Amino acid sequence: MSVQAVECAELRHRFGSVQALDGVSFEVREGEIFGLLGPNGAGKTTTMKVLVTLLRPQAGSARVFGLDVRRQTMAVRRWIGYLPQQLSADGALSGYENVWLFTRLYDVPRRERQSRIAEVLSLMDLQEAAGRLVKTYSGGMVRRLELAQALVNRPRLLILDEPSIGLDPVARSDLWDRVRRLRSETGMTVLLTTHYMDEAEQLCERVALMHRGRIAAIGAPEELKAGLGPETTMDQVFRHYTGSQIDQVGSIRDVRSARRTAARLG
Amino acid sequence: MSAVRAELPRDWVETHVVSGLRTLPSRVGTFCRLELYRVRHDQTELVTRAIQPALWLLVFGETFSHFHVIPTGKIPYLDYMAPGIMAQSALFIAIFYGIQIIWERDFGILTRLLATPTAGAALVTGKAFAAGVRAAVQSFIIFVLSAILGVHLNWNPVHLLAAVLVVVVSAAFFSCLSVTIAGLVLTRERLMGIGQAITMPLFFASNALYPVREMPSWLQVLSRINPLSYEVDALRGLLLGTPSDFALDAMVLIAAMLAGIAAASALLRRLAS
Repeated sequence: MSVQAVECAELRHRFGSVQALDGVSFEVREGEIFGLLGPNGAGKTTTMKVLVTLLRPQAGSARVFGLDVRRQTMAVRRWIGYLPQQLSADGALSGYENVWLFTRLYDVPRRERQSRIAEVLSLMDLQEAAGRLVKTYSGGMVRRLELAQALVNRPRLLILDEPSIGLDPVARSDLWDRVRRLRSETGMTVLLTTHYMDEAEQLCERVALMHRGRIAAIGAPEELKAGLGPETTMDQVFRHYTGSQIDQVGSIRDVRSARRTAARLG
Repeated sequence: MSAVRAELPRDWVETHVVSGLRTLPSRVGTFCRLELYRVRHDQTELVTRAIQPALWLLVFGETFSHFHVIPTGKIPYLDYMAPGIMAQSALFIAIFYGIQIIWERDFGILTRLLATPTAGAALVTGKAFAAGVRAAVQSFIIFVLSAILGVHLNWNPVHLLAAVLVVVVSAAFFSCLSVTIAGLVLTRERLMGIGQAITMPLFFASNALYPVREMPSWLQVLSRINPLSYEVDALRGLLLGTPSDFALDAMVLIAAMLAGIAAASALLRRLAS
């Protein structure tokens, strides 16, 4: 039997009185683009933090290509490329220096370092801007740079936490085209979250809809739409499984973080 | 949309593995180099941060040199206080380093760094030494200013190198103290308040401005448990040639730094979650 890219079984985690994960179970197949959807506070980012080993779940298990995220932390991190929701490139450094940092943190051998930096900068069309300080980049360029950083270790699993937040439509479309192309050329698995249902529908082979720390539905977008009747849209699927009272969940911290990211993108 | 140009390798997946403590020197070197890149990109900060210590030397130092009210033996008062001001300059940089960590947390930089194959302790150590590098650069400016003002400095390269190490290790400790407080209070505003509240007591309850023997007894006790006193004592011995217990100074500073790294590492996850 082949190993799944991601296997989560009965994940549970509580922050104080909030049950962030309440028995989350799902699998991501190797090589697929999988979307984790849901309103703010549904548990998407908590699930991602478990998978990138930033959070130890209080119960349940999670594996990345068969590696236990609790016990094989460093090995898991070497398989993963991770893009958090916030803009994480350092504006006080150049694009080249930002990527160089990640080649060092992933222990890319010295003899390969320069070629690896050139490779990922070229993939993201950032060679010419590499010497400029990142604070002079446009929002789309910053996201591309972060994607370049996430690729220096040649990951098997790319985890993207709302990477299109704050981007204009052209930059969003460009970002997703690059992700699609990367997947088709490398066979890399992609796990992403987004609030844009049109993106999820176009990109993802399968999606999981999360609500209040649980998986409310899982399947291909077409299957989920067909399950609710003809001419159903993904927005309607989202509302059906997660409820329409979106403003009742999610903390001020989530909103502030999203606004901060959008503000940095300009 | 622009096309993806590069050819991707057939052996896409990375197989190179380095683990455990072997990564520590690499992380320290990486973050120190990164700090030098930052200094190179923005040199105005070096100048603005030099203003306050320069005023201490120019106004306080020059004035009290004329009064002869502080007994410093055969050493002119300006000479006596110059190493204290170098240490103060490094302290002021390091004690607010936690603010940078909170800023990095707010912008997702810390989360991303922690998602790389880097142990928390290695990350803290790397950041601590990076603060040390910046503090050393800042102290060098005060060193040059002191030389211009006529302070009789020891130019022996071995002593100068040892002085740089003293500043780096001390700043590493104070930056870890700052990160530890950041891990406890979690917000910039609270850290700023605490940083301001402890900086001056640390400075005045040390031998930076006056000899310990001239202090009231209760202040002498505080001075003896204050790592800044050991930093100043070591710098005075190395840069002025005054009697100092360098072995004790080095031992205290290294022990304080290791304790600081342990405390900051323990609280780093709390800061990132």
